[in-house]
This record gives sequence, structure tokens and C-alpha cells, in this order.
Amino acid sequence: MTTRLYDLAHARAGDKGDISMISVIAYRAEDYPFLVEALTAAAVARFFEALGLTRVERFELPSLGALNFVLHGALLGGVTRSLALDAHGKTLSSSLLSIEIDLPRTDVRHDGESGEC
Amino acid sequence: MKTIRIGAGAGFSGDRIEPAVELVEHGRLDYLVFECLAERTIALAQQVKRKNPAGGYDPLLEARMRAVLPGCHRQGVRIISNMGAANPIAAARRVIEIARELGLKGLKVAALTGDDVLDLTLDENPLLLTGEGRVADIGPDRILSANAYLGADGIVEALGRGADVVIAGRVADPSLFLGPLMHAFGWRPDDWELLGRGVLVGHLLECAGQLSGGYFADPGVKPVPGLARLGFPYAEVSPDGAAVVSKVAGSGGRVDLRTVKEQLLYELSDPSAYVTPDVTADFSAVRLEQVGPDMVALSGACGRPAPVQLKVSVGYLDGYAGEGQIAYAGVQAAERGRLAIEIVRERLALTSVAIDELRSELIGVDAIFQGADGDASYSSREVRARVAGRCATLQAAHAIGAEVESLYTNGPAGGGGVTRSASAVVAIASTLLPRDRIRPHIDMEVA
Repeated sequence: MTTRLYDLAHARAGDKGDISMISVIAYRAEDYPFLVEALTAAAVARFFEALGLTRVERFELPSLGALNFVLHGALLGGVTRSLALDAHGKTLSSSLLSIEIDLPRTDVRHDGESGEC
Repeated sequence: MKTIRIGAGAGFSGDRIEPAVELVEHGRLDYLVFECLAERTIALAQQVKRKNPAGGYDPLLEARMRAVLPGCHRQGVRIISNMGAANPIAAARRVIEIARELGLKGLKVAALTGDDVLDLTLDENPLLLTGEGRVADIGPDRILSANAYLGADGIVEALGRGADVVIAGRVADPSLFLGPLMHAFGWRPDDWELLGRGVLVGHLLECAGQLSGGYFADPGVKPVPGLARLGFPYAEVSPDGAAVVSKVAGSGGRVDLRTVKEQLLYELSDPSAYVTPDVTADFSAVRLEQVGPDMVALSGACGRPAPVQLKVSVGYLDGYAGEGQIAYAGVQAAERGRLAIEIVRERLALTSVAIDELRSELIGVDAIFQGADGDASYSSREVRARVAGRCATLQAAHAIGAEVESLYTNGPAGGGGVTRSASAVVAIASTLLPRDRIRPHIDMEVA
């Protein structure tokens, strides 16, 4: 089945120059391996294809249950010269959470109070 | 040895002031840090300083100092800030004046300079970090400023000389927090592991409310109580660099594993190589533990030697940007918005406005997703058509907004709420300079 990343993880976007960094953090530790498998750098690059990215890197943080994506060339030259409405790319984290990913399970729900990773 | 408490009094130049006062009154702080410099703030401040040699520091310096100085003086809380921006000397002088007005006799204020490396940068003409040429290729007449990211050493020295308030210009954000830790605990500049732990504390605190529930809430899914009275965070740090982050009891917001994880990764590229002037910190094995309500313990950060070069931000004039927006609503709102954009584009061509780069979008449809969610059938009940462009002249930049505005009487049906702007663009390019060419300098004055 496919599910929205939004139902599995939360995210935050930051920026440095023309790079957008987006963290994706599993609500539940047991979902982290699925994120590692499904949310590849290539999948994120495809999702943000319209931004004209030059490169996407992914860093794994198993102790936090988090992935950190580094999107090069994401910000139209960076916050100081971009013509974009959201020059910082602050909204990109929420955008990414709407991506659909393949997941081998059906009981997806928000349940951060238990099993917090 | 006792622990020390450091509070985050601001996460950006325009940040709220009451949370800082709340920290001073109820946080049992030893140090209060105000981080107020965004990437291009110094370049903008440099322009102010050129017109007024006594200006060029943070516009909220006075309001912040009046709000916190009496409490800090009474409770022995020492202040560190980069609110000096392009003019730490003038900012420190202003703090002295305010302290005297408030009767805070004996308050020691240090101005930390040495970050302004404009002459050195022009002389050395280093490569730009983008790989696209050297500093001189920007055009020396367009360059406004060049500031190195100083480390914690100047702050350590100022605190060692007894400063109650340290006013700096460009200092790496986490170094503002690392400075007082090094001073208080006697950490040496090559205690890489301890410095890595200290940088973790600084990294988490530097955006103030972003650690304690700001930039986090999503109703029903990630609720945060009391955002209108969000409490700013503090860290209680042990001599071995272990720390607990929290906020004042009774304030709004939350400090939990989720808020801390989001901020831990904020603006990070490789979590195992967070480069600061003081240490290359490694956060890849950081462990977090909720140890009480709104209390999260940090461990597992480490560090490696600092880089041999310091990052320098070069501010330069990059032409002019013009923008116009107009709203449409109801049935076919997006179609009328698209027609509006077509008309503006055609008008700018017909009237031969010289534009280097033009961008248009419908806010409510594709201004953020930019086709990523490209569903053509998507309909919005209200949209704003937005046209923005970069031009060589201010006049051309004004023309963009003017063409949008003229849609009121000449454009599609029901267009309203026009906004328009045109302004000079101050952009930032980054480069590196050898750290041994850059020396912090301290001027001390007593109220």
C-alpha cells in the first residue's frame, strides 16, 4: 500500500545559501526502517523535480529515527537573491510530507506518545 | 563544579522581547545570548553605517537592553550578542549610555570587532565557494561588506576581562553560546570533544523559540500550547558538556524529543561534520532523553579539529527586484489569475522593460509546489497572481508592480488587493580566508 509521509513523520526545513536542508523524523521508531527504504534521495529529487535541483544527499540518523536531506540548488540562488515567494524554502518540509511512499503495513496513525524513537 | 545556565534571548533580529525578560526573571540564568544576525543583515547595516557613522547596529538593541539590563544587572546575568552588526563599537557605546541612564554604575561592556575583513578580502581576492570565480569577479564597486565568522575566542577573552555585556558583529551563531561555556568551565581551544558538546548546545539554542515549540505546531497532529506566549529555551550545562535543555515553567511552548530533534537537524548538511570556527562538531551519535516535563537531556556529541580557514560572507548589490500581486476569487479564480499573468508578461515585453529574470505564479496553486503537485484540475476559491523580476535599474523593477496594478482597470474581472514593491537586492556570496589573518579585538568600557 502507499501512504502519505505526513502520517509517518514530521519534518523541518532550513537553508544555507542555495541549499535547502529538510529533516524527516519518524513519529515511531518502528517506521524508521521503512523511511530508509522508501524515501530515497532519488525519490526526493523526483518529488522536487520542478525546483531544478542539482544534487540531493541523504544522511541517516538511526539513533534519532531521522533522515536528513540536503537539496543543492533548491533556492533559486539562495534567500538573499531568490525571487521566490518563500525564498528560504521554509515551506518545503510540509510540501515533502505530502509525498506518497510504499509501505508494507496498514495500521498507520499518529501515535507519538508511545514508541517515541 | 557547578552547572551553568545559558538562555536564548532572541533567534532573529525582530524577535519577541518578553520571552527574554521572562528568562532573566525566572530562568536563574548565568548568561543570556541574543542571536540577531541573518546572512545579509551586516551588509544592510553597513549601508546604514555609511550614511550614519553612529548607526549600523541592531534596531532593537535599545529596546532589548532597556528591557533586560536592570534584571541582568541585579541577578548577575551576563549578556552576549551579535547585535553590534556592522558597528559593535557604536552599539557598545549606546549600551553604556543606556546603563548610565538606568543607574547601572560599573557595568562593563565589551565591543568585539575584527570580523570586518573587507580590505583583506579585496586584497586576497579568494575563490567564491560556489566555484564560480573570485571575489573580484563580483565587481569591487558592487561589494558592500565582507565579514568573517569569528569563533568563541574573542568572547572568552572579553568575559575573562570581566565584561558584563559583550557586543559583537559577525560571530558564528553557536560560538555565541560556546564562548561562555569555555570561559565558565576553562575548556581549552583544543578540547575538541567538549567543544563539540558545547556547539551542540549553541546550535540548539541559537534560534531561540524554534527549540521550544516554535516552527513546529500542526493543529491536532503536533499541538503546541500557548504559542502566543512561547517561552524561549535555556540549557543547563555541566562542566563535562552534558546538558539539559528546557524552558521556564508556566511559559508557552514545549520542549520534547520531537522539537529537539527538529532543531538538532535544522540547517545541517552532514550531521557528522558541522563546521564552526571553533570545532568540527559531530552530532551523528547524539542521544536525547526526556528527563522531565519540557526537559530534554543531550549526550553523545563530539568534535574534531577546527577548520584552518574561516568563512567570510561578502555582501554585494545585485540589481533590483520588483514585484506585484493581485487577488482573484470565486469560480474560475485561477483561470483569471493565469490570464492576469499572461497580460503582465505581454505588457512588459510590449513596453520593452529590461528584465534579467522574470517569475510568475499563482499563490494558492503553484507558488510553493511549482508544478510538483501539478494537478491541472486543481481549483482554488481564491488565488493571488504574483509576478516578480530582477532588473538592472530601479525604474524597470517599479514597472513590474505598475503593470500588475494597472490590471485593476485593464485586466481580468474582479481583480483586487494589489500590492507592489521594488527595491535594491543585497545578495551574499561566501568565501574563505586563512584564520591566522583574522584577529578578534576587544574594546572595554565601564558605565
